[in-house]
Amino acid sequence: MRPFSYERATTPAAAALAARARPGAKFIAGGTNLLDLMKLQIETPAHLIDVGPLGLDRIEETPEGGLRIGALVSNSDLAGDARVRRDYGVLSRALLAGASGQLRNKATTGGNLLQRTRCPYFYDTAQACNKREPGSGCAAIGGFSRQLAVIGVSDHCIATHPSDMAVAMRVLDAQVETVNAAGETRAIPMAEFHRLPEDRPHIDTVLPPGDLITAVTLPRPIGGTHVYRKVRDRASYAFAVVSVAAVLQRDGTGRVAFGGLAHKPWRVEAAEAALPQGAKAVAAIALAGARPTHENAFKVTLAERTLAAVISDARG
Amino acid sequence: MAGELELSRRGVLMVGGASAALATVSPAEAQTPPPDTAPTQMAVSFEINGADRTLELDTRTTLLDALREHLNLTGTKKGCDHGQCGACTVIVDGQRINSCLSLAVMHEGAKVTTIEGLGTPDDLHPMQAAFIKHDGYQCGYCTPGQICSAVAVLDEIRQGLPSHVSASLTDRPRATNEEMRERMSGNICRCGAYSNIAEAMAEVAGARA
Ligand SMILES: Cc1cc2nc3c(=O)[nH]c(=O)nc-3n(C[C@H](O)[C@H](O)[C@H](O)COP(=O)(O)OP(=O)(O)OC[C@H]3O[C@@H](n4cnc5c(N)ncnc54)[C@H](O)[C@@H]3O)c2cc1C
Ligand code: SF4
Repeated sequence: MRPFSYERATTPAAAALAARARPGAKFIAGGTNLLDLMKLQIETPAHLIDVGPLGLDRIEETPEGGLRIGALVSNSDLAGDARVRRDYGVLSRALLAGASGQLRNKATTGGNLLQRTRCPYFYDTAQACNKREPGSGCAAIGGFSRQLAVIGVSDHCIATHPSDMAVAMRVLDAQVETVNAAGETRAIPMAEFHRLPEDRPHIDTVLPPGDLITAVTLPRPIGGTHVYRKVRDRASYAFAVVSVAAVLQRDGTGRVAFGGLAHKPWRVEAAEAALPQGAKAVAAIALAGARPTHENAFKVTLAERTLAAVISDARG
Repeated sequence: MAGELELSRRGVLMVGGASAALATVSPAEAQTPPPDTAPTQMAVSFEINGADRTLELDTRTTLLDALREHLNLTGTKKGCDHGQCGACTVIVDGQRINSCLSLAVMHEGAKVTTIEGLGTPDDLHPMQAAFIKHDGYQCGYCTPGQICSAVAVLDEIRQGLPSHVSASLTDRPRATNEEMRERMSGNICRCGAYSNIAEAMAEVAGARA
């Protein structure tokens, strides 16, 4: 690890201000992704601002009947919250399918959204990677790409976003609340929060550097059957190969988002109109334009079949 | 260079999943660029196994290294040092965490319990006794992490928290074999003592019920 100075944040706005004032500064929340990357010198912040002392660890009801989840609520506490379990089951399920009990106790809501890709070439500093080192190339294209993206890819990067939680938040139409150094707040819809790689894969999200996530809000509950199905190489403690988050209503309508397929949770609202016709019809629209590699073409079929299993489970 | 190529190939194949558990050695660690910030020392105070401790540490020191290298509490083990194996599991403010992915300075005022704080050879914690009785280990390296995790798992089940394998999110989970195996998936055992670990846990869970 490279040396760094360290401070404990006092207020959200002061934290954002401190991040702007110190070049090379980064926030640290649970530390479960950032410290991993710092040990490998993939992240090399000169200064850490610990956002732990900010509180921001409460889950409150909003005046609209939804929930406001503080950025520092742990993944365990969010999954275990009685209201989330009752009204937003897909979110509890997605969280419980991620990482391990130990990691979920430390991982936070904000940190989970901003965790970086698990592309093996991003992790290997001997390899070309446009995300880690802009302009260096992409060793994954033509390399071991079984785990990587099949849709929304570019000639510069085919990485996926690894979060399970984010896929459920996308299907629930969550919003990410932020504050910047000037004290201005913003609410960013999950649909826009994560970017596609295009020609700037080193930028994962639309959040400007130094802006702090303060909360994620969920709109009023929408009822329905909530399902998160994660397909992975072993039964537990592995990232998704493909995942499906769905909220399905009795009349056959619903919402669907996919994980493991793209640089962001993959949801195509227009495809959801085809839900009454079944998984094939939805996948034909949602995954139109997929550009898999020779190693991960199976993901397109797997995504459709996983959705078929989800629909059939939900119908009981 | 063949050796270097070999290493980076292995890095590529191994990182990314928890299955990489014990083998991640990055070539990056071999070619450290010159630091641009001088190492920074900071004081941190916490309660370790019931005793107040204050340390002056390089900010880079993980909780794991603080325990092992500065407090001589070597019961907690360093396996992968990347949160993938669970050997470093300790209980902080009642919750199990990977001490390798946490900086010591992030734990100002925290209460930390390590394997040494759970019980002693003359006064074993029931989970320690059950691991001995059921042969819940072979080489023993992962055992402190397994035991800290197991103690916390039974606590999580008692609090009614669901897991990935719970059929219902709202009913109280029971300490079934399937539940315990899922909840213990963050602790890898190279010797494969899993079935005996689950039996040790079942005994403690049963005694408590
Ligand atoms: C072995 C292993 C297995 C895993 N498996 C899974 C899995 O199956 N599924 C899954 O979804 N995840 C998995 N994870 C990833 C885990 O979910 C993330 O590491 C965790 O959610 C990150 O949260 P954190 O609070 O620890 O973030 P940190 O490491 O503290 O921070 C991550 C990033 O977010 C930034 N940040 C943090 N908080 C804020 C904020 N409030 N505002 C602005 N920026 C902020 C930091 O600056 C940093 O860049 C796994 C991790 C490991 C180590
Ligand atoms: S896919 Fe993206 S993250 Fe992976 S090597 Fe290419 S540029 Fe880097």
